[in-house]
Amino acid sequence: MAEKFLEVKNLRIEYRTEAETVYAVNGMGFDLEKGQTIGLVGETGAGKSTTALGILGLVPDPPGVVVDGEIFFEGEDLLKKSEKELREIRGGKISMIFQDPMTALNPVMTVGAQIMEVVQLHEKGLSKQEYRKKAEEMLELVGIPAGRAWEYPHQFSGGMKQRVVIAIALANNPALLIADEPTTALDVTIQAQILELINNLKEKLNTSVIMITHDLGVVAEVCDKVSIVYAGQVVESGTVVDVYDHMMHPYTQGLFDSIPDISTDGKELKAIAGQIADPANLPVGCNFSPRCPHATEECMKSEPQLREVAPGHMVRCFNCTKL
Amino acid sequence: MDTLLEIKDLKKYFPTPKGLLHAVDGISFQVERGETLGIVGESGCGKSTLGRVCLHLLDSTGGQIIFEGKDVTQVSKHELHELRRDMQMIFQDPYSSLNPRMNVSSIIGEPLLIHKMCSSKEEFAKRVKETMDVVGLAPRTAYLYPHELDGGRRQRIGIARAIIMDPKLIVCDEPVSALDVSIQAQILNLLQELQRERKLTYMFVTHNLSVVKHISNNIAVLYLGTMAEKASSQDLFANPLHPYTKALLSAIPIAKAGAKRERIILKGEITSPINVEDRCRFAPRCLYATELCASQNPVLEEVMPNHFVACHHVREINNLK
Repeated sequence: MAEKFLEVKNLRIEYRTEAETVYAVNGMGFDLEKGQTIGLVGETGAGKSTTALGILGLVPDPPGVVVDGEIFFEGEDLLKKSEKELREIRGGKISMIFQDPMTALNPVMTVGAQIMEVVQLHEKGLSKQEYRKKAEEMLELVGIPAGRAWEYPHQFSGGMKQRVVIAIALANNPALLIADEPTTALDVTIQAQILELINNLKEKLNTSVIMITHDLGVVAEVCDKVSIVYAGQVVESGTVVDVYDHMMHPYTQGLFDSIPDISTDGKELKAIAGQIADPANLPVGCNFSPRCPHATEECMKSEPQLREVAPGHMVRCFNCTKL
Repeated sequence: MDTLLEIKDLKKYFPTPKGLLHAVDGISFQVERGETLGIVGESGCGKSTLGRVCLHLLDSTGGQIIFEGKDVTQVSKHELHELRRDMQMIFQDPYSSLNPRMNVSSIIGEPLLIHKMCSSKEEFAKRVKETMDVVGLAPRTAYLYPHELDGGRRQRIGIARAIIMDPKLIVCDEPVSALDVSIQAQILNLLQELQRERKLTYMFVTHNLSVVKHISNNIAVLYLGTMAEKASSQDLFANPLHPYTKALLSAIPIAKAGAKRERIILKGEITSPINVEDRCRFAPRCLYATELCASQNPVLEEVMPNHFVACHHVREINNLK
């Protein structure tokens, strides 16, 4: 089998404090080919953002500890890299778009200077003019006139700021872009603009993207593959068609039933009972079993493993084939 | 028809150093008893301000708010206090709208004390317990504090606090936006159940279009303080007539594989609500804008039965007579 572009295997990350240990990521695994986009979908506390920080080596330590796992990026394990090597990779080959554009930018630097900063770190030896020109080019790429490069973040609207954040992330032409809820803070018409921008840039630059979101609609728009995450584990993964049209896991089913569908009329929603699993206090057996309508005795005792139900379509459930 | 709330040409301006900010600029509508009116729009369109002005939590700059035949803007302080029993609000953020130093039972029961509705401690405890039961809060949570509960339960407290007075109208300001989808569905179901049982009337303010379609009978679409379109929820989604509504609806990502649609991508962003001129607010972003749109603000007219649109060119755009 050919070498994967990115492969995350059995990643475990815990946050340890005196009071408790939070099991944020519990054996997360997925892979990605060059130019592909994968969606990581889950609710609050599912461990999506911690996984992203794990890939970048940015898990805050303490209290965060990467307990186990491997992250192969272009054939090399990122978890074995030194801090210096990681610094080369971050913002260069791998970069990240953060959720909240309002807080991701430095309020006392012009947006142009913030783009120049990343370029200067990774591409040494150009003249000041060349860096300035590069910053202006990046802004034009994301649809902001170059004339606004030397303005401050507060002079931009939310959607424009998110474009600036994307320009910073793309400044060094990364091979992998991690987008953590890139449109959650934006209005739908602006979200549509940003998603179109990400789609266009993906085609133009052949960037691979990890899209972290809780919005199943956004995934359907931009992703090739999707992994549904619950309590720090992938519970179902496959192509968008596999997961959306042939969903097998009761949690995936529950998520889809919870969204009001604009193409049907207001029947009562089938909500998932109970609360989201507390990562500091995970249940014995299957993490979803306390909320699962189909849970059996087996589910309460032992933990199901991911298994392949169709080529490339993985599900973590004992009973999925019976349901 | 039995109208509970009628808003006539309501205006709310905020003075700012740069000039008057037109948050709500001449909005009129009616809410019938027992129905849900959805108010949608993007950030800065004035939807939250509208909700607050309707309950007279903010003074209006002009216009009338008629609740059960009384003009709320004209009543005395004492009368307003009485009226407040019938008009309640559920807030967006269950994290900041609850007093962190009060326990669940005293938060839910506070309106009873304010309106002097209970004669004894026993009665107070009984009312609170009943209400907690209705919204699905376990009795053991009564003496916990908000920080000990998750978002879904906190929003249940907000709902309990609103319904304990047995109000007629509840303004729900983005009640599920801060919640995860699986919890959001639980809260939406609860709100609908309460409405059926208690004949509640909702004004449901949100930016989430699929939620508003799910819960509303009628929907009003706002843009920069004015109403762009109002219709029944089926009509609005099946047949949007205003160019802004069309773009807004086409922008919703649909959770279906291969659901790539013809999408209207709007240019630019919402313009400033400060010192607006007499023109169509949407004109700078509109595909069909003409000189007329730049010189005159269109009025809301009934283009089809119970389908109101404020657009000069609505008939040409939609091939209507």
